[in-house]
Amino acid sequence: MKKNWAFGLLARKVGSMSLKRIALAFWEALWPPLSALALTFLVGGGIIAAIGESPMEVFTLLFREGLSSFDGFARVLNDATPLMLTGLSVAYAFRAGYFNIGGEGQLYMGAFAAMLVATALPGAPRLLAIPLAILAAATGGAVWGAIPGFLRARFGVHEVINTIMMNFLAVGITGYLVVHHLKEQGQMIPHTPEIPEAYQLEGFGRSGWGQALGLDSANPLGPSLILALVAVLVVWLIFRRSVEGYRLRVLGLSPQAARYSGISTGWLTVRAMAASGALAGLVGVHEVLLYRHRFLDNFSSGLGFLGIAVALMGRNHPLGVMLAALLFGFLNTGALEIDIFTEVPRELVVVMQALVILFVVSASELASRRAARRRKEKAA
Amino acid sequence: MIALALLFGTLRTATPLLLAGLGGMFSERGGVVNIALEGILLVGAFAAAAATAFTGSATIGLMAALFAGMLLALLHAVATLWIGVDQIVSGVALNLLALGLTEFLMWVFFGSGSNSPRLEFDVPSGFLGRVFTELPPLTLFALAAVPLSALLLFRTRFGLRLRSVGEHPEAAASLGINVLRMRLWGVLLSGALAGLGGAFLSLNAHYFVKNMSAGRGFIALAALIFGKWKPWGLLVATLLFGFAEALQGHLHVPWLPVRFVQMLPYLLTMIALVGVIGKSRAPAALGKKL
Repeated sequence: MKKNWAFGLLARKVGSMSLKRIALAFWEALWPPLSALALTFLVGGGIIAAIGESPMEVFTLLFREGLSSFDGFARVLNDATPLMLTGLSVAYAFRAGYFNIGGEGQLYMGAFAAMLVATALPGAPRLLAIPLAILAAATGGAVWGAIPGFLRARFGVHEVINTIMMNFLAVGITGYLVVHHLKEQGQMIPHTPEIPEAYQLEGFGRSGWGQALGLDSANPLGPSLILALVAVLVVWLIFRRSVEGYRLRVLGLSPQAARYSGISTGWLTVRAMAASGALAGLVGVHEVLLYRHRFLDNFSSGLGFLGIAVALMGRNHPLGVMLAALLFGFLNTGALEIDIFTEVPRELVVVMQALVILFVVSASELASRRAARRRKEKAA
Repeated sequence: MIALALLFGTLRTATPLLLAGLGGMFSERGGVVNIALEGILLVGAFAAAAATAFTGSATIGLMAALFAGMLLALLHAVATLWIGVDQIVSGVALNLLALGLTEFLMWVFFGSGSNSPRLEFDVPSGFLGRVFTELPPLTLFALAAVPLSALLLFRTRFGLRLRSVGEHPEAAASLGINVLRMRLWGVLLSGALAGLGGAFLSLNAHYFVKNMSAGRGFIALAALIFGKWKPWGLLVATLLFGFAEALQGHLHVPWLPVRFVQMLPYLLTMIALVGVIGKSRAPAALGKKL
């Protein structure tokens, strides 16, 4: 598997550059996602026009809700929250050169672990309950990420296959336990009973200051956003300012160099995949503690897979991931609008998300090829 | 009678897995990972349903599925072979594209977000009709495709060249083999076969439902690994997975929950990869960029 494409040009050393070269580096890092976005809207517009609607009208609707009011923007942020976490998860593993497509399974395990802790310790005081549940969610995801990491390090089995397989195992195991053992009695829907109140997070719309800012009381945005933003910051610090981040990068760029420089690559692989899994597992906090207050069988509609798109769009940079998650949040929130107000099915947004991945990776590939050619010319 | 019904049930559930798995085998033997099998199955199922619904002919439906599957595979080939996009990334994107596109088009063509209307097409009457309800033509085709694939892969010049570009593309290239063209053929074959596998899903059920492939492309991938990238091994693996699923349909075994049976392929694959039951080895250049 090719490893270096994942790291944008920004990843190269910016420190000692002149202002002009920094601007150039920014431009080189930004043009692939931006041109991919433009191309996606072009193709999307073509599809809309083909079924006889006005592309301008549909695209306006796509962003109207999010931009017209603070309440709407908060909904976008809420949609972006789990995507930030799964996007960071993918970016973290990428940094070490691994491809974690197991975000889906890891977030199931995270959500399940959070629910289990809440069920097992119903009497915990609130100050203890929330950190405990967050820790549980991270651990659940970390375990599910560490297993393919271990199998890669110890047996050389490719992590892509094992993470795919473990997605299905996670959905199967949690589903079985919920349906057969933990289901709320007398309910048709396979979900667990509500978690104890000490573990429940409330949306910002319920608070006085939230309403003063214009949030509807039903607005879903809540403290999980803060968790996601903290995660962005922590991952950025790890990548840029820590020894661990340096090790991850060496491993990602050249496993041989990592081995010869004395890094214990096997253990680092397990750590990287566990951390990646933990980030995805934190989606459980958003899902169980804030959004549903319970564990629902089969709840995720591909959040883990969208995380791959978010990471690629954000060029595996924590801040890029944040922006890409925001963009995808806009698309997901806007999807409801175009469903209600136009003849265009909301699945248009899924098509556009798929196209944006294809275009952004193609553009980055062409960009890095051009850069390589330029370097060769310079050398010659 | 139950044993016979179970046998036919196994063969039917194994059909889409077998077709997609054989497709995946040609792609991966040529060195291209194809996790877009899932999306190709879905697109094939939809194309077959749409074409059959509008023409009333299952044959045209099959052709449409073949064509649609190859089209998605062509996208995979263009992205990975010409532009140089990572094969996994391209597969993930194409799966997402297939999911979005089929649901989008379902609204456009059928005006429903959940399923197509019932697909009506002529089925032969009499003895042949009875045979075909138990063993549909695509099931027979899939079974016949196993020895044919083995012949193609191990007894022809095409097969030798395909395997050589999957194992050692540089060596193959130095012998004058056009690596890109061989890989393109492998990927296109995977699109054609998996597209037919998708057609089986919707034509056998007589309707299309959203996300109809439901992970079968990944099970096919698992079967391919479990069968060690060999046609006969793949047959055994898909029959095993199909049997487990068919068993659930015929006998309700209380101590064996459905969810566990569904997990079986994935668990067995992980175990097989670790090497407990004889290590499963991928083609050497699989997934590597040229």
